[in-house]
Amino acid sequence: MLLRHTPKEIKERSALTVNPAKTCQPVGAMYAALGVHKCLPHSHGSQGCCAYHRSALTRHYKEPVMAGTSSFTEGASVFGGQANLLEAINNIFTIYNPDVIAVHTTCLSETIGDDLTQITNKAKEEGKVPDGKYVIKANTPSYVGSHVTGFANMVKGIVDAFPVNTGHKTNTINIIPGYVEPSDMSEIKRIASEMGIKTIVFPDTSNVLNGPQTGKYDMYPSGGTKIPDLIKAGDSKATIALGPIASGPAAKALDTKCKVPCEILKLPIGIKATDEFVDRLRILGGVSVSEEIKTERGQAVDVITDMQQYFAGKKAALIGDPDQMVSLAGFLTDIGMKVRHVVTGTSGKKFEKRIREAAGEDVNVKEGGDYFYFHQLIKNEKVDLILGNSYSKYISRDEDIPLIRFGFPIYDRVGHQYNPCVGYRGAMRLLENILNALLDRQDRDALEEKFELVM
Amino acid sequence: MEKLKILEGRRGQVFEKGKDAFKLNCGVKSTSGAVSQRACVFCGSRVVLYPITDALHLVHGPIGCAAYTWDIRGSMSSGPVINRHSFSTDLREIDVIYGGAEKLYKAASQLIDKHKPEAAFIYSTCIVGLIGDDVEAVCKKLSEEKKIPVINVDSAGFKGTKKDGYKAACESIAKLVGTGDISMIAPYSINILGEFNLAGEAWIIKDYYTRMGVNVNAVITGDGRVADLKRAHGAALNVVQCAGSMTYLAEIMKKKYNIPFIRVSYFGLDDMTSALYDVAAFFEKNPEINERAGMVVKDEMDAIMPGLLRYRKALSGKKAALYVGGAFKAFSLIKALRVLGMDVVLAGSQTGNKEDYEDLKKICDDGAIIIDDANPQELSRYITEKKADVLIGGVKERPIAYKIGIGFCDHNHERKIPLAGYAGMLNFAGEVYSSVMSPVWKLVLRNDTFGQKRSRP
Ligand code: SF4
Ligand code: SF4
Repeated sequence: MLLRHTPKEIKERSALTVNPAKTCQPVGAMYAALGVHKCLPHSHGSQGCCAYHRSALTRHYKEPVMAGTSSFTEGASVFGGQANLLEAINNIFTIYNPDVIAVHTTCLSETIGDDLTQITNKAKEEGKVPDGKYVIKANTPSYVGSHVTGFANMVKGIVDAFPVNTGHKTNTINIIPGYVEPSDMSEIKRIASEMGIKTIVFPDTSNVLNGPQTGKYDMYPSGGTKIPDLIKAGDSKATIALGPIASGPAAKALDTKCKVPCEILKLPIGIKATDEFVDRLRILGGVSVSEEIKTERGQAVDVITDMQQYFAGKKAALIGDPDQMVSLAGFLTDIGMKVRHVVTGTSGKKFEKRIREAAGEDVNVKEGGDYFYFHQLIKNEKVDLILGNSYSKYISRDEDIPLIRFGFPIYDRVGHQYNPCVGYRGAMRLLENILNALLDRQDRDALEEKFELVM
Repeated sequence: MEKLKILEGRRGQVFEKGKDAFKLNCGVKSTSGAVSQRACVFCGSRVVLYPITDALHLVHGPIGCAAYTWDIRGSMSSGPVINRHSFSTDLREIDVIYGGAEKLYKAASQLIDKHKPEAAFIYSTCIVGLIGDDVEAVCKKLSEEKKIPVINVDSAGFKGTKKDGYKAACESIAKLVGTGDISMIAPYSINILGEFNLAGEAWIIKDYYTRMGVNVNAVITGDGRVADLKRAHGAALNVVQCAGSMTYLAEIMKKKYNIPFIRVSYFGLDDMTSALYDVAAFFEKNPEINERAGMVVKDEMDAIMPGLLRYRKALSGKKAALYVGGAFKAFSLIKALRVLGMDVVLAGSQTGNKEDYEDLKKICDDGAIIIDDANPQELSRYITEKKADVLIGGVKERPIAYKIGIGFCDHNHERKIPLAGYAGMLNFAGEVYSSVMSPVWKLVLRNDTFGQKRSRP
């Protein structure tokens, strides 16, 4: 077995990460940038990082993912990457003709101290940025943070670059959807529009990273938040930020920059978190919740009531990104499951508190952890179900515990790109997956005489 | 169609046979801003060394470099699996400021105590190259303390391309070679260099040679063991398969231990057969080996021919585009596709050199595009223009092919089914067949899908 080395006994490990539960900032920044229409992400560093980030996103979404790279060599690493970036900006606008270049740094360019603001200003002065085109930026050194912070930084980069407060407030509500799938972003849009609310959702990777088969390759698919909308976001009457870690910084920056007040909510995963989101929309939009939405809610709750005996007391272990873990832990607790272990690779002080609030005091929580530690927790207390990304499958197999793939990356299944896990419909999908996993297991293990047709 | 703009700096890197006459420009660094499909030094050394299954592989750097290479390249093991973990020092800001050597020492030390590997490889990535940790000193100290070879793989990404990473890997392996006891090695022994056992290929090839009466001393590095590497200098011949990555090691071993080497390819019928006969020819003192090679070839061919001919019938006249890592692979592929009756309309590589491309020009048909370090825009454009039916490439190319609505065959890291040897040729044909002939291409939305008449040109 692949993981037979994992010992049960947990020892302090300060210098070592074994089987990481996170990746680095740039991949998150790249993902966020792809949620802007006609935007080409650009990695300011050496080629390798960019190749890895593109591969990671390609494997997860099964879509082509484009990004430029400054192609650092030894020279750039010693003398700085200014010349490379200036040349890159010029080349990219000439050849690939995007509307926006979203530059993020890597560990390397951060460490040598390249100043993105100064370099991009210089590019503008030298006429390398055509009229009506933009270069936006984010600092994403990976020795601080993770892919989640990289996402947050680039969303903030979007806010720094586009929204303008013209003094004419509109009736629109901005929604920053958080580090979720394209399918989730479109579900969030759908819920708002179902309630008759005008929104600007950014970033929005739907129809970019879950696009249709068209018979031709488009460097810039039809999705992504359009620039005029991003500019108008400065006149909106409010911002709802979903997930404090991934969306909070951008929402606050927008408040400071354009005086658009923000509300920072949990990711709407599960019934209660979705209730909160829907209720905020209702209040801010001055509307009432539509029958359609109430029906969806009722259906999801119906599944829970019908099947609550199968959820009751079942133990779960969760590993993934912080905003997702908080909502997911709350949802599983709400349906009667016992959340036993929660690990996130991203560091953050409030994580532990938020998980305990969601899942009770005696849950094992770890921020900045890795898969090795997660596995040890499970060895010490077995669970009935694991929810985590594809890497969890090693543990799932080793311990013979069913796994539901959830989070980033998912390399070995499809569905996450197309079907949401946010909102009531997302809750329904999660419930279906959880039930299928638990009932399949029960069927598999049932004695001949207890093997039942109706469950 | 509107003319495709080629980056100014890239003009010399695209060539159409029969039309252009210039020498293809290659081996140059990618233009800044280009969407390149290339990777870095670390990537090169990691993929070569990763299949050494009883060694510890510790990535010294920030988390990303380790996270992305965690079990990303399949490589099957018949025993230990220490290599399949992802170990990282996960450098933080404070380490970047004050240096990470201490942390590296601690991490490696703990890991060696726990896993008791036969050797340890420490990969220094970009940041480490920059902050200047004395990794060499840490390795030396650990080697002495733990009594195993602890090797610094100097692989800062910015110092070159994947190719330079291969070189760094070869240098690391060379440090192990020559340190083991070779007294028991049989006289007709070879090392296989540049076979990584992604999907069990090393086992297939080993089986052929064994049936010929040739002992495979070490596979470098597929299903690799440190002890085998240490003994590699005991073989009579080095057989180099992935020339791009391993010729350098063969050269080192030639110089140091006087072991000759031959270049082979295990891909396609002709090349596979030559690979067996060439080894037999080297051991000409024992003509039985040649005889037995003949038997292996006959048995294997007999087994696959009926299947292969069925595929050929269906695939004859179809067009293929290929974009692979090394150019050497491209030759084998072109020949293999010809066996299937297919034409190659585009051949490109990430890291070909001048001679490679001159050879490619010779073997390609008129009209074929030859391309160095391509980007997706160019690839998709030429695939469409040349009406290819299948693209053969790696992970980043796959979704491009599917979006265009043509077949795809992975010839890179993500293989699950072996393509080497005779059985592998049948697998390859089968994969190309099922992708090209997939009924799904008939489902692609067309002008007349919903009843509208196709507009006449
Ligand atoms: S380029 Fe450097 S930092 Fe990037 S993946 Fe390669 S070694 Fe790591
Ligand atoms: S160097 Fe930094 S940015 Fe590049 S892959 Fe490694 S961790 Fe990520």
